[in-house]
Amino acid sequence: MNDMTPPQKMTAKDWETDQEVRWCPGCGDYAILKAVQRTLPEIGARPENTVFVSGIGCSSRFPYYVESYGFHTIHGRAPAVATGVKLANPELDVWIITGDGDALSIGGNHTMHVLRRNLNCQILLFNNEIYGLTKGQYSPTSREGTKSPSTPYGSVDHPAKPAAFALGAGARFVARGFDVSKNLPDVLKAAYAHKGAAFVEIFQNCIVYNKDVFEDFAAPKGAEDRQLWLKDGEPMLFGSDKTGGVKGIALDRENLCLKVVDVLDGDWQAAGVIVHDVRNRSIAHMLVEMPFGAFPMALGVLYDDPAPSFEEGVIAQNEAAAKGKTPDLQKLLSLGQTWVVGPETEAADAGSAGSGHEL
Amino acid sequence: MASAAEILTPRATEGALSPESVVVRFAGDSGDGMQLTGGQFTLSTALAGNDLATFPDFPAEIRAPQGTLFGVSAFQINFGSSDITTAGDAPDVLVAMNPAALKTNVKDLKPGGLIIADTGEFTKRNLEKAKYEVSPLEDGSLGQWRVLSFDISQLTMDSVKPFGLGNKEALRCKNMWTLGLALWMFDRSREPIIAWLKAKFAKAPELAEANIAALNAGHAYGETAEIGAEGITLPQYSLAAAPQPQGLYRTITGADSIAYGLVAGAQLAQLPMFYGGYPITPASAVLHSLSKLKEFGVTTFQAEDEIAAIASAIGASYAGQLGVTCSSGPGIALKGEAMGLAIMTELPLVIVNVQRGGPSTGLPTKTEQSDLYQAVYGRNGDAPLPVIAARSPADAFECAIEACRIATQYMTPVILLSDGYIANAAEPWKVPDVSSFAPFPVAFMEQAQEGGLMPYARDEKLKRPWIKPGTPGLMHRIGGIEKAQNSGHIDYSPANHQAMTDIRRNKVAGVANSIPDQTVEQGAAGGKLAVVGWGSTFGPIHQAVKRARAKGQDVSHIHIRHIWPMPNNLGDLLKSYDKILVPEMNTGQLKTVLRDQYLVDARPLNKTSGQPFRIAEIEAAIEELLK
Repeated sequence: MNDMTPPQKMTAKDWETDQEVRWCPGCGDYAILKAVQRTLPEIGARPENTVFVSGIGCSSRFPYYVESYGFHTIHGRAPAVATGVKLANPELDVWIITGDGDALSIGGNHTMHVLRRNLNCQILLFNNEIYGLTKGQYSPTSREGTKSPSTPYGSVDHPAKPAAFALGAGARFVARGFDVSKNLPDVLKAAYAHKGAAFVEIFQNCIVYNKDVFEDFAAPKGAEDRQLWLKDGEPMLFGSDKTGGVKGIALDRENLCLKVVDVLDGDWQAAGVIVHDVRNRSIAHMLVEMPFGAFPMALGVLYDDPAPSFEEGVIAQNEAAAKGKTPDLQKLLSLGQTWVVGPETEAADAGSAGSGHEL
Repeated sequence: MASAAEILTPRATEGALSPESVVVRFAGDSGDGMQLTGGQFTLSTALAGNDLATFPDFPAEIRAPQGTLFGVSAFQINFGSSDITTAGDAPDVLVAMNPAALKTNVKDLKPGGLIIADTGEFTKRNLEKAKYEVSPLEDGSLGQWRVLSFDISQLTMDSVKPFGLGNKEALRCKNMWTLGLALWMFDRSREPIIAWLKAKFAKAPELAEANIAALNAGHAYGETAEIGAEGITLPQYSLAAAPQPQGLYRTITGADSIAYGLVAGAQLAQLPMFYGGYPITPASAVLHSLSKLKEFGVTTFQAEDEIAAIASAIGASYAGQLGVTCSSGPGIALKGEAMGLAIMTELPLVIVNVQRGGPSTGLPTKTEQSDLYQAVYGRNGDAPLPVIAARSPADAFECAIEACRIATQYMTPVILLSDGYIANAAEPWKVPDVSSFAPFPVAFMEQAQEGGLMPYARDEKLKRPWIKPGTPGLMHRIGGIEKAQNSGHIDYSPANHQAMTDIRRNKVAGVANSIPDQTVEQGAAGGKLAVVGWGSTFGPIHQAVKRARAKGQDVSHIHIRHIWPMPNNLGDLLKSYDKILVPEMNTGQLKTVLRDQYLVDARPLNKTSGQPFRIAEIEAAIEELLK
């Protein structure tokens, strides 16, 4: 066995590879890579037990830059490859790195099923609302009217909402963050702590083909008013007295939707502001659909309600089905209706009838 | 070989000549349980010690409209005392459960053959559905055959009356009544069927009893009947047991054989197996079979689509299990890109293709061998991988083991070609001694090479190391992008791509050094004519060559298991014949590969009707070439 005992305390540096990072200068991917490399030592991850699986696209180059096991697969199929990895060795920490095109266009089917099955893994979807690696075509998350080489007159289709898609597919953990946010490591930690498929949409700035498309909420200036950072057990508050008043999210009971309310003198209870409960699936559905503009952007952990994972179920069933049976191949081959040809050819042996291996 | 005409003439029966083999076809509505009848008849025949081969032929629709021509389901069995390798050409006996079954099958029946028809189903309505203006049982149009018709429906109803079943349920027992009659005709035991019925209907004993009663009634009818318009009595055939090597036998379908072979292969490699599958006709049976074998360290995963099925298998191989996927043509097409990934990342993987008629959806339930090009050439880029083909249900077991061996010993995806005929057909199988197969245990890399980790360094066979995630100190990254020799880092440089392309080609070509030389099945190595086949055409080619040789013709039979790479001696062997004939159920795919590889004048004999070759068709082609 290899006796490379890892150092007691790892640092972000330990998770860097010797490969030159090849994203465009200023790409949001750099910040996400740093956030992941900072998070991994803090959660106690082991490089040999960590596997990054990606599809195709700018984001999917990610595994080459993390000093762990990595598999850069084919377009859209990372969740399927990851499912095989995790079923073959459930001890591994599996991270899926994908983009808006990879996860929601060509790989939409796999994204849906990995979430529905609840494979224990972290899915980081870098959403830049554009196809970067193929030079700037509009993506399934691009806003209506996006002009791109393939849509010179503007895109006409309605965008997919990654977090809403994930929740609709049955995800038990849905979170949001953005590339340069200082809170991103906390979101990643929460995703890692969640047992089951943890879906994180990370808004990522493609400075070449879709520059600053998230500036309206991600810009540091005015962030307080435009970002709603959700914390379990805390009221949904944003804004401040300095920027025109503290506001909160309340339930419009008549129309069964969310509304923005003013909070006066800090009395958020009086304003009816909702206390965030990460287990409340109904509210989570409203949060992922909450339109930015009239509302702030909901960020942080929107929903977190664990359920048994897929690989647990598979392994438990495999074990239960195998219990008390010996893997005797010779016996298996000899099951069913058999007969013996011998010197005394007569011997027709009805074998073990009802074995379940009849014709 | 005796024809049915000979068997059935009074002279022949008087002489008590036992035929060498008999072909029986059961045909009925797809809801009539013909596959079940055929399957159980097969079982009884195998237990009687006859050699046999079967050919199930059923419509793609699960329950096609009743009584229609396209809803006819048939099951043919050829059995006898000699070496049986095909499901037989023309049937000697046709059991037709309705007019549509008669209409679609009678033209295949040998002249003088026997028709057994259920008059109860020859109603005006059913005759119309089968496009008969007048009942063929009455208008003399069946003159060249012998017809035994009686109201099987009514006889069945009578026999199950005591069990109080409704009309519909009672009529469902018709297939058992017919089976009982067939068992009597061929002197087969009812015991295994009775045991099977009791087990099948354990929860509904009245249904078991009704079916058994119908079975017995059919059998008794055969024994006591004095029937037929011309006073024909039912002929009873007695076929001697086929001479076979000593040992334990069972019948096996290709699907089970492949499943068990994969389990054996994983055991010999000392690996757990991961099977990623997606339901598709006619490949699903392999998934069903493996799903029951958890105790053998088999994980089966029904994926969301064909691509996820292979991608998950690749993921499992990457994580250190033996990844396997299985499909049929359309599904294999979807897996193409992922196969390229397995080739590029050099991970072991077994891909089973149970071929069916194509292109596109094609003929899901009919057989064809038209995916050979797809297997050998059907991927983007220069993407070589080994291809092997099973010739029969029993042979599929060894082929599956061979696929596992090559995949793990060369770190490569391997395609195993089967087809719908092999998958569904059953044949007697001498149960192999598992310990007679040489193990090929896999050794995972545990420690980096001297001078640092090189995930794409190679051994003398050009195989790269298999490194499981979870192994300390060996972290590395792989992917579908071209990689540098040795280090495996991304590398687009021209010289490196040239070198890596060559390595991938040479590695797969080198598999030829680990496979046996091509042998000649029948006849001499060298001579006037070689009939070269692959896959499930083995049976008809074997019989055709046997017949031709019996007539004194200089013809040999070569059957290729290793389609890619081919055995090292194959070129020289082929060149030792004056002529080469390649019968295939496609438009000439192996023929093209042979011409390309060896510059030989391989001549095609092609059939793409969805039906296996008839012996006579190949025999005629041999005659023609040796004229």
